[in-house]
Amino acid sequence: MTTVTRLAALALGAALVAAPLTATAQSFDNHLAARKGEMQIMSFNLGILGGMARGNMPYDAEAAQAAADNLVAISQLTQTVQWAEGSDNMELSNTRALPAIWDDFADFQAKWASFGERAVALQAVAGQGAEGLGAAIGGVGGTCQACHEAYRQPN
Amino acid sequence: MRKGLLIGTVLLAAGIAAGWGITMPRSDGPEVLAGLTPNPENGRRVFLAGGCASCHAAPEGENDLVLAGGQRFETPFGTFVAPNISPDRGAGIGDWSALNLWNAMHHGTSPEGAHYYPAFPYSSYVRATPQDVVDLHAYLGTLPASDTPSQPHDLGFPFSVRASIGGWKLLFLTDTYVMPASEDPQIMRGRYLVEALGHCAECHTPRNGLGALDTARWLEGAPNPSGSGQIPGIAPDKLDWPANDIAYYLETGFTPSFDSVGGHMAAVVKNYAQLPPEDREAVAAYLKALP
Repeated sequence: MTTVTRLAALALGAALVAAPLTATAQSFDNHLAARKGEMQIMSFNLGILGGMARGNMPYDAEAAQAAADNLVAISQLTQTVQWAEGSDNMELSNTRALPAIWDDFADFQAKWASFGERAVALQAVAGQGAEGLGAAIGGVGGTCQACHEAYRQPN
Repeated sequence: MRKGLLIGTVLLAAGIAAGWGITMPRSDGPEVLAGLTPNPENGRRVFLAGGCASCHAAPEGENDLVLAGGQRFETPFGTFVAPNISPDRGAGIGDWSALNLWNAMHHGTSPEGAHYYPAFPYSSYVRATPQDVVDLHAYLGTLPASDTPSQPHDLGFPFSVRASIGGWKLLFLTDTYVMPASEDPQIMRGRYLVEALGHCAECHTPRNGLGALDTARWLEGAPNPSGSGQIPGIAPDKLDWPANDIAYYLETGFTPSFDSVGGHMAAVVKNYAQLPPEDREAVAAYLKALP
């Protein structure tokens, strides 16, 4: 190992140790904005699909497919950085995220993954007609509920 | 002096006896359920509408139908732990008669003649019909048994004294409805679902200092009775969704803007999704008919 790589390793190590210290002092506003943005994109696209499923707007195969594709795309975003420990409703006044998220972060991740699975199932039927939409949206909705039941404070 | 003391003691004893008399646990005899034939299929509908599993299912259980109890509810009065109401004869309520269930739901009285705490929402279930209780009893008997023992509640004084519940019942336990009767059978069904089985007001209506529902602020929203946050108001001036959106929410958990249900309400939606559509529509009709 050269002196340069040793120094680089040392600097990285120091940065890793310092990171949690700086994290406590930082604001979580950007984290919350990122999380709320994700949720907003999800509900926006579900709204398009749900409107068609309920007959509140005419079925449009292309628009339905695009909305379902968007849900799958969102589901592929990694849910780690924006869920920084300490960014919960006990520490902050502008989030409903419960501290329980970090008691079992693996379960939280698993719930996000199951949203992804249901989004893929919805993607497969979204362009095939309005008939299959309701059940597939229901499947996605079940995963929204499972996470919000465990990890989100009521209003 | 001695005579005065004697009279005083007699009066005190009479007062205690009278107080005990009017606050002791009440129960009805078998005549209230006489001639009723149990229908377990309707019992399932009562079970779902009443949300029994939402509190009595084991906290980490895979199966919502194993009513082993154990969920903890932290409240300002202390921590209540839901008991085992599975059909196990020792740990659960397998040896209960339909009448035992009636007296529990209607009077908040156990088969041994003790008061239940109103965390068990008998102040709503008091309005359940005898037929529905008989049907529910039959349905509960078909569910899997669990031998998990019930755990004691963890309450501070004076709430730990069950005798005080007798006074609470005297003041607050009534089977009269909050919404006056309507000519519309759909609204009447909705009233029964919301005010009796669904016990919606237990979370959506604020409570007074003694923990009783403030019916003057019916369904106007309240602090979360168990945990942080606010339970939203669902009276018309708080919730302006059209009736079909309310019914859709109870079926799918999606709000009109496609946010999703969360918290304890998710369990309610899980149940109401399994009811016939006319029940969800009836709840919506009731909410729209509130003043």
